[in-house]
Amino acid sequence: MPIHKLLIANRGEIAVRIIRAARTLGIKTVQVHSTADADSLAVEIADEAVEIGPPAASKSYLDVDAILDAARKKDADAVHPGYGFLAENADFADAVEAAGMAFIGPRGETIRRMGDKAAARKAAKEAGVPTVPGSEGLLAGAAAARQVADEIGYPVMIKATAGGGGRGIRIAQNGDELDQLAPQAASEASAAFGDGGLYLEKVIERARHIEVQILGDGKNVIHCFERECSLQRRRQKVWEEAPSPALNEDTREALCTSAVRLASSVGYRGAGTIEYLYDDATGEFYFIEMNTRIQVEHPVTEEITGTDLVAEMIRIAGGAPLSIRQGDLAIDGHAIEVRINAEDPSNNFMPFPGLVSDFRFPGGPGVRFDHMLYPGYQIPPFYDSLLGKLIVKGNSREDAIARLKSALSEFRIDGLKTTAPLFMALASDEQVQASAFHTGWLEPWLEENSARLAQNQGGIAA
Amino acid sequence: MAKQEIRSPLPGTFYRKPAPDQPEFKAPGDNIAKGDVIGLVEVMKSFHEITSEFEGKLIGFLVDNEEPVAPGQVLAEIEN
Repeated sequence: MPIHKLLIANRGEIAVRIIRAARTLGIKTVQVHSTADADSLAVEIADEAVEIGPPAASKSYLDVDAILDAARKKDADAVHPGYGFLAENADFADAVEAAGMAFIGPRGETIRRMGDKAAARKAAKEAGVPTVPGSEGLLAGAAAARQVADEIGYPVMIKATAGGGGRGIRIAQNGDELDQLAPQAASEASAAFGDGGLYLEKVIERARHIEVQILGDGKNVIHCFERECSLQRRRQKVWEEAPSPALNEDTREALCTSAVRLASSVGYRGAGTIEYLYDDATGEFYFIEMNTRIQVEHPVTEEITGTDLVAEMIRIAGGAPLSIRQGDLAIDGHAIEVRINAEDPSNNFMPFPGLVSDFRFPGGPGVRFDHMLYPGYQIPPFYDSLLGKLIVKGNSREDAIARLKSALSEFRIDGLKTTAPLFMALASDEQVQASAFHTGWLEPWLEENSARLAQNQGGIAA
Repeated sequence: MAKQEIRSPLPGTFYRKPAPDQPEFKAPGDNIAKGDVIGLVEVMKSFHEITSEFEGKLIGFLVDNEEPVAPGQVLAEIEN
């Protein structure tokens, strides 16, 4: 059933992105918002807006009843959850469908299965997708953990089955550390996620984070190639690019088809991402987890494939088959995204929720800025610090980096500190230019280069 | 006897407990030493401890648990 009116159960730059996609499809939009977001860009550009609660996300963007009430009141026939908040909450997906509306994403049962890390690992194995050496399913206790770890070798990662986004992970260098950390990890996971289930994985040292974008309509699944997101701080991605500079054609083909196999095996519907670790030394890749939602870094894939992933996921939820065939897709050029956060990189990334007094945003060929800003906007302190994503595309990676440097040299937001200076420094770094990095590369680099990050915040006039 | 004010240096959300299932840092009537943590302010998903610059007795809080605060807003009063 085609969608006529879409409710956006999110905020910030992704809400703006979803409204734009809906508008190109001729779909009306309803933006829900907390009292703190009444003057947000998403509320301004949506066709309608409904206030659903106070600033705290637990009382607004995570309040399922308030969101469903707003959807009924406005006669919405679909809900887009964006990323974060309720995007990977299977019960929310079920509740939306039970209310007779389309959930823009997979079925609740798929979210439940792939969101459970141990179950997802099992599904990957069954689909013939390589997984990181580790425990078969959940650990039965501390003695079992020790036995598995002694077999696969140290260091090992202790992971919470209900965790995600880098949370609930501990690393043990040896058996004694494992004995000490495993009980702590279980009680912490139990408190944080309501589920103390743990599993173990071998640590792949100096690995790259590479992920495959997939799209499915419940019958067919295609991939839109991979992204590399190895530049991370505290397990949060800061710089993402597509394609990965580390893969040759054979490895790319093997990686992307393995992702399609896994998504097909669960009858996947919507946009999803299958994350892998890639070991440069051996050329092996290993499944780590699947994200059953649109991701922050989806634009780099859009730029190299000419797709509109958000529009495609809305069409699929409306009952349409995939509008793109695998054979239609090819990699065109190279794209890089950097996350512009309201944080001060020269002061340990201290959040900086200021008033946007003025700005200059870059333009020209191959430059895109997906954001939530306007002059006079007061950044609310209650949510994450992502202001926008600067995306550049070039014919080659070298071209894309040149465009990134040019775009950043024009980029200016007054009244705030942002992470923009970090990306100018990274774009100028020889190792980044040579893509000689891995997931553990950025943090020591930040310590060595803290002085460079103190320079040049553009025209700060707070 | 003088009344001292502890203010929030940041905008965000004020918490009186280190975690939802844990006891409050301090309660009205408690004795406070310099440097004692009286609460947390969450700004953009990062948590900052609010410590007392004063010693004395906690009169009370002017902001409820999990309520929004503005920079410079008085969180608690201390008598010394």
